[in-house]
Amino acid sequence: MKNILIKKYHWCLLIVLSMGLSTSAIAQTDIDAIMMSKNNFCAGFVYGQSKWDYYWEGQYKRNNENLGTVTTKMIGFMGNWGVSDKLNLLFNLPYVSTKASGGTLAGQGGLQDASLWAKWMPIETELGKGTFSVYGIAGLSFPVSNYTPDFLPMSIGLHSTNLSLRGMVDYQLGSWSTTFSATYMIRSNVTIDRSAYYDTVMHYTNDVSMPDAYSFNIRSGYRSDRMIAELVFNNFQTLGGFDITKNNMPFVSNRMNSSMLGINLKYNIKKVDGLSLVGDAGSVLSGRNVGQAFVWNAGIFYILNVGPKKKSGSKTSSTNNK
Amino acid sequence: MKKLLLATLLIVSCVAIIPFSCSKSIDGRTDNLAPLAPAKTDIDAGAWKPVLLTAPTEFPVAAPAAVNSTGYIAELNEIKAYQRKLTNDQKAKITYWAAGGVLRWNEIMRELVAKYNLPPYQNADGTYPAPNANNPFAYPFFPFANPPYAARAYGYVSAAQYDALVAAWHYKKLYNRPAPYKTDNTIQPRVMQTDLPSYPSEAAVLAAVTAEMMKLLFPGEIANIQQKLEEAELAAIQSGAATRSDVEAGEALGRLVAQKFTARARTDKAGVAGGNATDWKALETNTTARGEICWFSLESPKRPPMLPLYGNVTPMLFDNATTLALRPGPPPLTGSEQMKKETAEILDFVKNPTRERIRIVHYWADGAGTYTPAGHWDAIAAEDFITKNYSEVRWARNMALLNMALMDAGIVCWDTKYAYFNPRPTQMNPEIKTLTGIPNFPAYISGHSTFSAAAASILGYIIPEKAQAYSDMATEASLSRMYGGIHYRSDCEVGISTGKKVGAYAVARAKTDGAD
Repeated sequence: MKNILIKKYHWCLLIVLSMGLSTSAIAQTDIDAIMMSKNNFCAGFVYGQSKWDYYWEGQYKRNNENLGTVTTKMIGFMGNWGVSDKLNLLFNLPYVSTKASGGTLAGQGGLQDASLWAKWMPIETELGKGTFSVYGIAGLSFPVSNYTPDFLPMSIGLHSTNLSLRGMVDYQLGSWSTTFSATYMIRSNVTIDRSAYYDTVMHYTNDVSMPDAYSFNIRSGYRSDRMIAELVFNNFQTLGGFDITKNNMPFVSNRMNSSMLGINLKYNIKKVDGLSLVGDAGSVLSGRNVGQAFVWNAGIFYILNVGPKKKSGSKTSSTNNK
Repeated sequence: MKKLLLATLLIVSCVAIIPFSCSKSIDGRTDNLAPLAPAKTDIDAGAWKPVLLTAPTEFPVAAPAAVNSTGYIAELNEIKAYQRKLTNDQKAKITYWAAGGVLRWNEIMRELVAKYNLPPYQNADGTYPAPNANNPFAYPFFPFANPPYAARAYGYVSAAQYDALVAAWHYKKLYNRPAPYKTDNTIQPRVMQTDLPSYPSEAAVLAAVTAEMMKLLFPGEIANIQQKLEEAELAAIQSGAATRSDVEAGEALGRLVAQKFTARARTDKAGVAGGNATDWKALETNTTARGEICWFSLESPKRPPMLPLYGNVTPMLFDNATTLALRPGPPPLTGSEQMKKETAEILDFVKNPTRERIRIVHYWADGAGTYTPAGHWDAIAAEDFITKNYSEVRWARNMALLNMALMDAGIVCWDTKYAYFNPRPTQMNPEIKTLTGIPNFPAYISGHSTFSAAAASILGYIIPEKAQAYSDMATEASLSRMYGGIHYRSDCEVGISTGKKVGAYAVARAKTDGAD
């Protein structure tokens, strides 16, 4: 057990958060303290849903019979490749669709934003009786279809290209772990189909300046080779933007904030080595210009060893070699 | 441990620093315009036909003091004193207003419309509060600047600006007092130099006529508008374009002309266009009596129809009898095969949207929180007028023609909508989910089509080389309502033909107003 536990985990783990009135799902294998071993490639599918019928118009919480319940569904293809034990590359490609149970607005659907992440673990060291590790993570997400972000809440996303920079620390003591991360997201301007728009003043352009965003994430719970069960708290803050005015429609550059509490589960199936099931669920506790969403996701992943084959170089041995 | 701290620090500082290194500023298309450079001064515009004024001399403007009087020399010194210590902010304001007063005030109007174009939130019991002009600061704020309200507001302001400038031009020619920079060559003109006399100041006329109209149209914004007025007038003085007495005479004239227009507006029946529960019920009863399915609100809770009596508003370009004469024949009967066919066409559009159609829907949507279709056409017109080097008075004349056409298009369209009280496609087939909000009034005829065709007609007269382009835009605006799932083909086609008829009145006026 003096061995460093963290790099032994080969499962993929993800949390999909739904950002509010916008429906961009953020698949987050990139926000856990788990590294794929060198030459292992893990890929799988995740299905998720977010539902809300109350939302915050600015800071005023309301429902809207002209929307009813807004449901966002997501199916994502995700993967994680271990370039080395200390460097992983991840990707995610989600298809997203929206639907409102009330009113007359048509649901939208399409490929949303692809993301690519590099996750680097420069430090992994014993600290006290446990293991302390530090991560630097950078991610780029970009729209892969020409969907419109100017039809919220039915739009499938915000259509900005985002550069995320994340610092993360993790401490594992026996089978208990705590992870903290903070992320700064630089968001590109977006283009809308209109030639002018009003936010708090009139703009005669189709170019919308997107405020950057900041988030932090704390997760803590049980984490072993076999399974993970942890509580997750996520706080997302848009650094700027404006409030939806009374009885107005949401807009892409609104100040979207949310705090979400949820659980994250993962189980590595004994009988089939490399096969794992993941699931998570969470609720938005408080927000601003976002829906009070309940979100759940479920996924299945499989690990392939894509490195040079050796007799002992199987997935099994790398999982259980302590 | 040191390595650990160092790496942590590195990551944290990256996260903190990188974001601040990139800029996100956006420039609007009219943010950095060159000063207005009129190709001609239109010095004889005092002879152009006004809209409401009986004559350009209806409101007298006293003769100015001579340019060699001590009073006037003191005014020139005031300009020079300002110019010696202009701040960057003052210079920016001068540049902003130098692009043209008609343009800038029209932009301010469009911004106000967008700000106020929000349907009131419902009461707890599912009814809706109505904005109150006497209490504009209490929610729901007055006005709800919906498309007909906005079209009328643009119409009045533009027509009043035009009349005020016609009067101003009359006195400019009459008194022929040169601009300060012509009299004193130590005054540096921060606007384009012209031979146009400066008394009374056109900038002050425009500021005052607009500000005065706002008392009626956007009473919650009077303080902001007053601030804009002061900015515009100060910029006129600091730029060397006008002296204080030019400005004072202009402001007085502008306010008087506006009062004539507000008096008309107070009695044009727009104030009672919302109707009451009895009126709303009568619309249903009358439609049902004809054996037709009557319109109902697709909002939840159901919202009373938008301005059902707006068709009675007194138009600018013709009389109320003409409104009725322009009302087109009925839409296809709600039980007819034709109606079924047209509904099926819309269902097909919304079931099979293409990205290009979605773009068209959203480009022309001009719904809640926007400057409305009339504002959109003002924006289109303004961006073309900028390239034409019009004088302020010609700018005002062209904007007035456009906005009177738009206002009257709204009146004829609303008269038609409530004469037939025809249901929206989604009411005929709830499977029709829409790509934009369904406006809360009857379908026949399409407002976008009527507004757009009227606008395209008059703009095609003003800028003939773009007539086809405007006509194509109107067609696209019209089709956008079918692609969006909120109008039938009949609504759009008859909307276009009706809009053209309204536009023809503006063209007829343009041909005889003395400006061409």
